[in-house]
Amino acid sequence: MSDNHHDGHQASSQLDQASQVDLDKRQFLIASSSVGVLGCAAAAVPFVLSMTPSERAKAAGAPVEVDISKIAPGAMLTVEWRGKPVWIINRTAEMTAELPKHNDQLTDPNGDVVSQQPEYCKNKDRSLKPNLAVMVGICTHLGCSPSAKLQSKGDMGENWTGGFFCPCHGSKFDLAGRVFKGSPAPVNLVVPPHKYLTENTLLIGVDTEDKA
Amino acid sequence: MKINHIIKKALFVLALLPSFLLPLNALANAGAHLDKAPIDVSNHASLQRGARTFVNNCLNCHSANYMRYNRLLQIGLTEKQIKDNLMFAGEKIGDQMKVSLNPVDAKKWFGVAPPDLSVEVRARGADWVYSYLRGFYRDDTSVTGWSNCVFDPVTCKVSMPHVLYELQGEQVMNHETHQLELTKPGKLSVAEYDTLAGDLTNFLAFMAEPAKQQRNHLGWFVLLFLGILLVLTYKLKKAYWKDIH
Amino acid sequence: MTKETVLEKNKSGLTNVLSCGLAWVDERFPLTSNIKAHLTEYYAPKNFNFWYFFGSLSLLVLVLQIVTGIFLTMHYKPDANLAFASVEYIMRDVPWGWLIRYMHSTGASMFFIVVYLHMFRGIIYGSYRNPRELIWLFGVAIFLCLMGEAFFGYLLPWGQMSYWGAQVIVNLFSAIPFIGPDVSEWLRGDYLVSDATLNRFFAFHVIALPFVLAGLVAAHIIALHEVGSNNPDGIEIKKLKDKKTGIPLDGIPFHPYYTVKDIVGTVVFLMVFSTIIFFAPEMGGYFLEANNFVPANPLVTPAHIAPVWYFTPYYSILRAVPPFPGVSMLGIPPSLFPGVAAMGLSVMVFALLPWLDKSPVKSIRYRGSLYKKWLAAFVVSFIVLGYLGTEPSNVWGQFGAWLGNADRATVVARIFMIIYFAFFILMPWYTKKDKTLAVPERVTG
Repeated sequence: MSDNHHDGHQASSQLDQASQVDLDKRQFLIASSSVGVLGCAAAAVPFVLSMTPSERAKAAGAPVEVDISKIAPGAMLTVEWRGKPVWIINRTAEMTAELPKHNDQLTDPNGDVVSQQPEYCKNKDRSLKPNLAVMVGICTHLGCSPSAKLQSKGDMGENWTGGFFCPCHGSKFDLAGRVFKGSPAPVNLVVPPHKYLTENTLLIGVDTEDKA
Repeated sequence: MKINHIIKKALFVLALLPSFLLPLNALANAGAHLDKAPIDVSNHASLQRGARTFVNNCLNCHSANYMRYNRLLQIGLTEKQIKDNLMFAGEKIGDQMKVSLNPVDAKKWFGVAPPDLSVEVRARGADWVYSYLRGFYRDDTSVTGWSNCVFDPVTCKVSMPHVLYELQGEQVMNHETHQLELTKPGKLSVAEYDTLAGDLTNFLAFMAEPAKQQRNHLGWFVLLFLGILLVLTYKLKKAYWKDIH
Repeated sequence: MTKETVLEKNKSGLTNVLSCGLAWVDERFPLTSNIKAHLTEYYAPKNFNFWYFFGSLSLLVLVLQIVTGIFLTMHYKPDANLAFASVEYIMRDVPWGWLIRYMHSTGASMFFIVVYLHMFRGIIYGSYRNPRELIWLFGVAIFLCLMGEAFFGYLLPWGQMSYWGAQVIVNLFSAIPFIGPDVSEWLRGDYLVSDATLNRFFAFHVIALPFVLAGLVAAHIIALHEVGSNNPDGIEIKKLKDKKTGIPLDGIPFHPYYTVKDIVGTVVFLMVFSTIIFFAPEMGGYFLEANNFVPANPLVTPAHIAPVWYFTPYYSILRAVPPFPGVSMLGIPPSLFPGVAAMGLSVMVFALLPWLDKSPVKSIRYRGSLYKKWLAAFVVSFIVLGYLGTEPSNVWGQFGAWLGNADRATVVARIFMIIYFAFFILMPWYTKKDKTLAVPERVTG
């Protein structure tokens, strides 16, 4: 190093050396602290990821296959998906015919709240097949599971056209899971992602091929 | 000073030495001669064959409760292959390899409940499992008609009958040479049976620690990173310590 | 204004904000003064060598164990029916769980490695001597606490070694005369090691002892910074200070000098640590024992049980001492107590070192050959006892009838046990008799 400073005074050469030392320190300080910070960040990743759903949780939350051939017209089947009840209702022709007639009594008859159903169920029946309704049986008010009142009239009164009644706070839904005006629940019941693997096999939890 | 230095180095090496000298696993099974198992958890073909053997022959009585079917994706199988060839009940792909055998019944039939095999290779060692699978021989004095000196070098008694005997054939113990001799050949030749046992052991080794390959792979990157950090921090230390004499 | 002056001004603006913030904190909390007292104006001797890495490394491992431990408790279940499966759940189903678990299990052994080396440093350089007796005593307490942590933690995987290890150790307490059996039953909370035992060991392992450990570590460091660090020459650097500044002539500020140095040590340590975690987490059965992959079974003891390596020197001593045969005439029953007492003593005796060492010098550098020979004998016996503790007592076969067919390994363990204790008991004598060298005024290289 001193070879480069033949002509300098003793004092200025010392000054140069001092700044040289400083530069050395600064250079390696920056280099090792940036690599060190990088290492700490990388080391933190496994710890953060360890708190995401485990294989067990994923397996429990995996799509559910349901055989729908046994559901009689006008009846329903409840299956569990991700710990929640999912209803599959085999609606009769009268039931589906009834659906558009009470649109004026509903908060969101056309399924405009996008979060409540997949795009392919934004239709008049809120379903892939007109007769088969698939929905998560959890009230959108405070999370109770509504009771099925599939048949019209009965204990629900003269004007009841079939649907669901939440025992907790009295929310009412029709057979497409659409909420009636005046209910505490703000939006329609959720239609989960689903698809038909065969004529009689329904897969709840996925809607596209790649995740089957 | 110099002597101190040497003493200090020697002590340090001495302190660490015992841990490298004698692996304890070897001790647990002192007595029985064990053959080296052909373990290679990166050999997918072998693991897939082992998985098939395991599911067809072992999984009837032995569970692998900590192993999920979808782990087999790691050994190059597709979900469809797993479902079609390796799962017999209507289980989900994320389910564990359970058996319907009731442990109470099992205990009544075999004297002991068949152990779960998820971590068997970590408990016994791969060589033990490999030798065990090849160590059954005909013995009329035994309840099941089979004995195995790998399982118990002293009495040679074992609760499990030889499930794979149709494949291996029948061996008997020559009490003079203490060697096993094949008296009735099975469907497979000796070499073929050894391959089958090797593949099965390999699969069990994979199952005992599915993260092992990832672990070894990641290790090199971590060491490389730390190596770079070592150079930088060493230079940093030198830069600071220049003025200390 | 030129560009440079604007930059200059901005820079000083930022510095102003920072110093204002710092002043605000300092009026309410002694931040700056603590940083000065423990880092930038804590003057450590400039001649620390290789051995001085292990203190900061112990602290690093403590932090690693606490962090990995916290993440493990998120998934572990302290229930006899679920514990074993929950560990395998961590190893397989929890994302990166295997890494966190291996860090924790390897960390346990690494903790003892660095602590043993740290203690050995204290012994060879006389770091326990006046005025550092209390630092040493805190250190011994930390060591005991660590042994407790390791013991309680080892039960948690609920494998065969966990179970039978706990069974044996808890039963040691029953050898205490009169109250023993009640004490061990009280510890277990049952008539055998059971779910109740597992649950309380979990509580001790994750809450009780970590608190005590953290407190003791703080006390250890506060005491150290009160009197100042010893060094390889065993000289008090505070005796010679710069007349003007009052800074020890042989002292350098801990920060930045020893922080940058310890970081190098940390990286080297992490390389060793990572090599074990990624390539040999079982360490040939020394860090993770094969039998611990078999779920605990109260009806079957494994053919060979041994404690984890860091307990084996004391375990060897336990086995080497013959039981008390009892005096039937006086109604005194036979007892295991001598072995248990010897084992307890072999650990506790470290606490007496400050008062056993009568040498005029502290460091091994200025001690005579007599002390060095004794120390070497002690180290050899520690290692031999440690090795024998991992083996069954018949590992070397038996002596002939002339020695009553005694196990060779037991006889050897007895000889080395005597050397082990003699190192301590005879210390006042041989340290006084030892021919020491003259200690220099200033530290050497």
